[in-house]
Amino acid sequence: MTSCFALVDCNNFYASCERLFRPDLRGRAIVVLSNNDGCIVARSAEAKALGIRMAVPLFEVQEQLLHENVQVFSSNYALYGDISARVMNILEQMVADIEVYSIDEAFLDLTHIDNALSAEAFGIEIKQRVKNWVGISVSVGIAPTKTLAKLANNAAKRYRKTAGVVDLTSPQRQEKLLSITPVKEVWGIGSRLAKQLNNAGIDTALQLARCQPGWIRQQFSITVERTVRELNGLSCIDMESSPPAKKQILCSRTFGVRVTDYKDMHAALCKHCERATEKLREQGKQARVVSIFIKTNPFGSNESYYRKSASCILDTPTHDTREITQAAIQLLKTIWKEGLLYMKVGVMLADFYDPGTFQATLWDTPSAFRNSTELMQAIDKINKSGKGHICFAGQQRSNGWKMKQEKLSPAYTTRWSDIPSIR
Amino acid sequence: MLTTLLGRFSQQTHHAIPLFQDRVAAGFPSPAQDYIEKTLDLNELCIKHPAATFFVRAEGNSMIDAGIFSGDILIVDRSLTARSSDIVIACIHDEFTVKQLIISSTAVQLRPMNKAYSTITLNEGNDLELFGVVTTVIHSLRG
Repeated sequence: MTSCFALVDCNNFYASCERLFRPDLRGRAIVVLSNNDGCIVARSAEAKALGIRMAVPLFEVQEQLLHENVQVFSSNYALYGDISARVMNILEQMVADIEVYSIDEAFLDLTHIDNALSAEAFGIEIKQRVKNWVGISVSVGIAPTKTLAKLANNAAKRYRKTAGVVDLTSPQRQEKLLSITPVKEVWGIGSRLAKQLNNAGIDTALQLARCQPGWIRQQFSITVERTVRELNGLSCIDMESSPPAKKQILCSRTFGVRVTDYKDMHAALCKHCERATEKLREQGKQARVVSIFIKTNPFGSNESYYRKSASCILDTPTHDTREITQAAIQLLKTIWKEGLLYMKVGVMLADFYDPGTFQATLWDTPSAFRNSTELMQAIDKINKSGKGHICFAGQQRSNGWKMKQEKLSPAYTTRWSDIPSIR
Repeated sequence: MLTTLLGRFSQQTHHAIPLFQDRVAAGFPSPAQDYIEKTLDLNELCIKHPAATFFVRAEGNSMIDAGIFSGDILIVDRSLTARSSDIVIACIHDEFTVKQLIISSTAVQLRPMNKAYSTITLNEGNDLELFGVVTTVIHSLRG
């Protein structure tokens, strides 16, 4: 049985979310800024048409945005996360096997779908249901391999005539599309690799597909060989089962305003420790290595650059916020330097163990806190209930270091006080 | 603006209220626990399609004859196909409005349910843009 995959990708996802409850913004250019309002991370179709590039710092284009009357938003992850979950939920209801690939795209395995509809008609149904139920436009690419499904999806986005759904199951259509697709647009071919391929005389996706897999493997790598097979309709990249547990957890954030006071730094670090250990417990792990770093702005004109990190290995792995925080604070004291304008602090946890699997030695001190697991469970439960929030006293000082989010839209779907008002 | 997080709407929030099926005569000692049959979940009652359901707050008096008062929370289901006489959230002049949808052979109208307001008739060629169908009103009787 030939395999069949669909890639469903939301069009201009962040900008579309921002527009969902703002009909007045229809047809208006929208950009969304990164954490801390630093760079442009998303653009509506109108903003793309104005030539506003991705990842440019806000200050570089501020004048143009003002002049072109572009609506600017801080990133509202509460909103994007909720809308994404709704889209994925709908896809899960329609297809049993889905792989969420990012916040706004998912692969669906259509191989075993018994459907009276053609693949294209099914794609149209998916597109319409997501549009009706959530109000978000998606593009759908359907093909025998994931790599081809990606290309089909790009085509669905690019060519208006396709109405947002491209069925690339027929070899003739595959060939036609591959012949007009530059090799750098193929999934997994980065800009450096694309250059190397160009130098070898391979400019289009079709030329790449026609290469001898063995030769490609010799000249490039096994990954590129896999891409060649995928371009020829031979599925090599399966639906991934759950991704392996992460090996590190990093929590860091750039300060909205520079931090000079030790107490502010202390508070921010405690906050990050709390979040990191929460993530650790979500994964059901304990960590033994705690690292922290602090840094000033490397590009500050009248600031001298300072970046310092420190790590320690705990006697026994832990998931107790108090133990991790204690260790982190001790580390901070060793690297803190007075009189600097700090820009960022972060904490990283590593060397993970499943609870109870660590071989303690005779001299290791057992966890300093009794009933630690129960206490942490209780805290997580309260914090997840949404009814209240328990945090450790270390972070309760000024919030001067908090993220800069001057253009944040309301949490329309996740906060009662923010739901839209309608006359 | 200062805001407080009250709760997050998700399929998992089950606000369970136990239903007692207590048929025992008054005065007869009965451990009520034994009679807990199931729990009632308001989400189950009001939300048929969680992925397509949104909450909005009504503002103004144009729908008081439909039992919708200023400040009420409306539950909107986008998965439903609007029929004539449904209460809908529509988009008029780049703004959302809650009105009753009237579809007749001659016209499509958005009718307020308060005599003090006038009906909006959609001109031919003007597509009606709907956000969703209102299925439930939550009206709090105590502030």
